[in-house]
Amino acid sequence: MYLGRVVGCVWATVKSPGLVGLRMLVVQPLTPELRNTGKPIVCTDCTGAGTGEMVYWVRGKEASFPFLPAEPPTDTTIVGIVDSVHLKSPVALPPKSSSRSGNAGPAKRGKAKQC
Amino acid sequence: MILARVVGTVVATRKDPRLEGKKLLILKPISPEGKDESGYVVSVDTVSAGVGERVIAVSGSSARMAEGCKDTPVDNTIIGIVDEVHLG
Amino acid sequence: MLIARVVGELVATQKHASHEGRKLLLVQPLNLDGSNRGDAVVAMDAVDAGVGDRVLLATEGFSAMTAVGRPQSPIDMAVIGFIDQIELLPDVSS
Repeated sequence: MYLGRVVGCVWATVKSPGLVGLRMLVVQPLTPELRNTGKPIVCTDCTGAGTGEMVYWVRGKEASFPFLPAEPPTDTTIVGIVDSVHLKSPVALPPKSSSRSGNAGPAKRGKAKQC
Repeated sequence: MILARVVGTVVATRKDPRLEGKKLLILKPISPEGKDESGYVVSVDTVSAGVGERVIAVSGSSARMAEGCKDTPVDNTIIGIVDEVHLG
Repeated sequence: MLIARVVGELVATQKHASHEGRKLLLVQPLNLDGSNRGDAVVAMDAVDAGVGDRVLLATEGFSAMTAVGRPQSPIDMAVIGFIDQIELLPDVSS
């Protein structure tokens, strides 16, 4: 599993029937020090996570297990919302996520609230 | 399946009970010419390989099809010792 | 399987029901020379490991799920053993 932060959501009208009714969120993978790492990805969600929340997500075939007995064609799923991270050495938390999502511009922020 | 060289051993006393009695070896992937490639993997030995030998290893769910590995939490097993590699 | 070090723990209240009752660890996969191999990952604990321990990390779904005794659960990595000792050939680069 991997740490990430929800930075947006995705709507798709035309999609695989298996994905109908599933929430799809854009997730930026994070290091334990909560720095961005790698490129954002799209994850299905089984937790009800919202934009700005820190989550952990699973990759591979296991990503479809939360939706059993349905087997949606997903390879990444958010499986938990992270309350806190305890590291051996204390980390300086980055500025609040809201300031980061502020870069997305007012139009996108407005949309994000609907997630 | 990958070609690899056994470069070391791992000793773990406290582990999943289904791993008990299994030898854990460290493999370094190699090219067909025998050169070390980057990375490594910890693998379960099912063919009594030794350190320094060239072996074939399988990964993923296929690893559990090896002798004695059914339903064990294993994701990489050594399934053969390489005698020779012939390149065209 | 990879060699890794436990670097932290993770608390999550709202999560998939099958994850209840098991510790979530932050583990840093290691190279053979002990340096970091990529970014740390989140793994479920099957052997009661703690911060600082050097452990064996299963990186495939079935192995991880059955090690923590949760089949058909969305788990792709688990800590499945404590490493006591590693022996290496002298000529190995990381």
